[in-house]
Amino acid sequence: MPEYSLTVNGKEKTVAVAADTPLLWVLRDELHLTGTKYSCGAGLCGSCTVHLNGEAVRSCVTTIAEADGGSISTIEGLAARKHPLLAAWLSEEVSQCGYCQPGQIMQAAALLAENPNPDDQAITAALTGNLCRCGSYLRIRKAIKLAAGQGGGR
Amino acid sequence: MKIIPDPGRREFIKIAITATGGLILGFYIPTDSSRLQAPAETNPHLFKPNAWLRLDPDGTTTVIVSRSEMGQGVRTALPMIVAEELEVNWSSVRIEPAIAAQYYGNMTTGGSTSIRESWEPLRQAGATARELLISAAAIIWAVDRSSCRAKQGQVLHLPTGRQLPYGELLATAAELPIPTEAPLKQSEDFTILGRSLARLDSPEKVSGTARFGFDLALPGLQVAMVEHCPVLGGKVAGLDPSAALAVAGVRQVFEIENGVAIVADSPWAALEGRRALRNSGKSAISWDEGEHAALDSESLREMLELKSREEGTTIRREGDIGKALTAATRRLEAIYELPFLAHAPMEPMNCTAVVRPGAAEIWAPTQSPQWAQATVAAALELPRDQVKVHTTLIGGGFGRRLLNDYAVEAAEISRHTGTPIKLLWTREDDIRHDWYRPASYHRVAAALDANNQLTGWKHRVTAPSISQSLNPRWFDPDNPDIVDGARQFPYRTPNLLVDCVIANSAVPVGWWRSVYNSQNAFVNECFMDELAVAAGSDPYQFRLQLLPTDSRLRGVLELVADHTHWGQAAVEGRFRGIACHACFGSYLATVTEISLGRNGEVRVHKVTSALDCGPIVHPDLITAQVEGAVAFALTATLWGEITLEKGRIRESNFSDYRLLTMAEMPEVEVHILPSSAEQGGIGEPGVPPVAPAVCNAIFAATGKRIRKLPVRQVKLD
Repeated sequence: MPEYSLTVNGKEKTVAVAADTPLLWVLRDELHLTGTKYSCGAGLCGSCTVHLNGEAVRSCVTTIAEADGGSISTIEGLAARKHPLLAAWLSEEVSQCGYCQPGQIMQAAALLAENPNPDDQAITAALTGNLCRCGSYLRIRKAIKLAAGQGGGR
Repeated sequence: MKIIPDPGRREFIKIAITATGGLILGFYIPTDSSRLQAPAETNPHLFKPNAWLRLDPDGTTTVIVSRSEMGQGVRTALPMIVAEELEVNWSSVRIEPAIAAQYYGNMTTGGSTSIRESWEPLRQAGATARELLISAAAIIWAVDRSSCRAKQGQVLHLPTGRQLPYGELLATAAELPIPTEAPLKQSEDFTILGRSLARLDSPEKVSGTARFGFDLALPGLQVAMVEHCPVLGGKVAGLDPSAALAVAGVRQVFEIENGVAIVADSPWAALEGRRALRNSGKSAISWDEGEHAALDSESLREMLELKSREEGTTIRREGDIGKALTAATRRLEAIYELPFLAHAPMEPMNCTAVVRPGAAEIWAPTQSPQWAQATVAAALELPRDQVKVHTTLIGGGFGRRLLNDYAVEAAEISRHTGTPIKLLWTREDDIRHDWYRPASYHRVAAALDANNQLTGWKHRVTAPSISQSLNPRWFDPDNPDIVDGARQFPYRTPNLLVDCVIANSAVPVGWWRSVYNSQNAFVNECFMDELAVAAGSDPYQFRLQLLPTDSRLRGVLELVADHTHWGQAAVEGRFRGIACHACFGSYLATVTEISLGRNGEVRVHKVTSALDCGPIVHPDLITAQVEGAVAFALTATLWGEITLEKGRIRESNFSDYRLLTMAEMPEVEVHILPSSAEQGGIGEPGVPPVAPAVCNAIFAATGKRIRKLPVRQVKLD
């Protein structure tokens, strides 16, 4: 098996897996970071969203070879540095089943990093690829605005 | 340990002291049986508490939650009910999911029953524990217990101001007889109930630490996937596992009841193994496609249409509908059709199983742990009590996880390998091997007299019966499930006939959020709109004048009309539709506001719902359920359809089974009517009024009636 080096939530990691292994399964099974979720396996729903070199990507369709040498941030990393989005998510009681929420939060964090004060349209444009079967979309939008107001983009 | 039966109250209470000095209290308080109740226990003397509490010396109160948490908030709402009566600080309350056992009573999370079946028992449990602790304090102080009060986890002696925390009363309490009188609090004294407290499960859900079934980890765990026959009802005819076994990380490939199991070191290896089986030509797995290999959507629709002409079973008959239709000044007839639908929860099916000789342990995101226990036990030929079932957090249920086919697969595979197995389904497995919301075919007719009064209503429902398909013992021929929501037609009319024809097919059917109310409310409320238009009446006024004065639908209709300023014109270019429906003990009325794009695409701007669900535990959980119901119902209304070709489900993933996105999510307003009437459920009732309210708005916009879902886009002239 080839070896790949990654920086995951600020820590150096080396994994030995097949080159076409999706980053999703590397994070979940090799690194035990199960906050990143499988749902569609085809880049259609956003439940597996993580940051690769600061950009939101679908880890289910990003191979480990593509991520090699990259810096990855997951929901566990955001939680560890107490990203304002998490508190905003709690204030708005966004989660129902909660399964898609780590992906939603990662997508929102990438948005705020780029646009610290997004309006409704910008939020929708950035988040509309992240599906939520429980219908938490309105609360997600509110939570992003709340976090933006509290400097969530920094 | 002692068990105190009190046959007069049909209530049993059990007390035990834990090794760490905690006090466990179990209660059995009978509730009305629900349709979804697990098979009855035969021994009436068996202790079956449906409410468990554990009080610990450190002041922690643990409520054992027997219902499944799938986003609706039971792991917050149920403990709130206990905490209110027990008089403890909310911050001292913890929850523990119950292990499946018959003694918990009905653990099944379906039929919007969790709150309404637990409300009385949990209040009584909390109140009984409170009174017991007051007695303990009175004994310690040697004072009259009437001079003591419980508050914030302590007992207070009013004359002296002395206080003892609950944690210090446990040993004394354990020796006392159970209080026979445990008065419930008055609602005006509630400090916890009726408040939107922070959900207990939210912090772990936003930090990524929440463990769903998919996330379960155990030492030595292997991953399994199952290659199911693509044709409904097909079986494995032959298997050559060599291509899959050649994939690194694939350990075993073998046949099970439902298909071919691929056991591997990781999900990716299992997926690669499946791919190898598929790509290695016909020889890898050959399927016996069985008798349904020619089935398609068109033949299923024809079957329903044909069945709808057979003699129906009369469900509700008032007056003489035949005469009324003949005598009508105006007679309206219509056919409505609804498709099969998938549940598509975000977390695909999965289950972890450890099967050893004579015993099994499973971890499943299931809505029905007791059924999981029973079906796994039957599949493994084990006594039921040798199957231990843990209910994990559920990443979306919507009724899919009432059926435990995936748990049986996991158990079967673990028995074969002798190792701990985590079975994972892909999204494609989920969409193609669901227990679908049944397709249905409806013939409706109604009569208006010269004064535009509704003089007759006739509704013939033709659909597969879920209960009959799944378990004939659940099927009641006099009251088949397929008429739920049609039988309860709420409007006054002197002549009424609701009848039905059961039309089962090879397509597996199951309970889908709001079940048959999703079809029958669509028909009721769209056809009522047709009648209102024919009568030249306003659709809101037309409904209101036909609802009996004691109908709880009146209040919610008035409330939603009020909040949407129904009598006034909508904003330019926008159109409104209204609908109402009662189900699962709750009453909802919904107004939608839509516009149409140039090519007839429907844009839903706003959905306003008013509801009456009786006494409220947590207002924000109710609001969230109704918001969620809007998204769920709009997905079905606009795009939801499962179709078949050559015995196979065509749809496979979110690319062809489209879910509502943020861009399509309307503004949602929820208004709760304060009510002390009988309590209803809230997980499902938000769904049924949405589709008819949207289609009635489409009529208002275009003059076109949508009588077949999904809408997709409206054909404009």
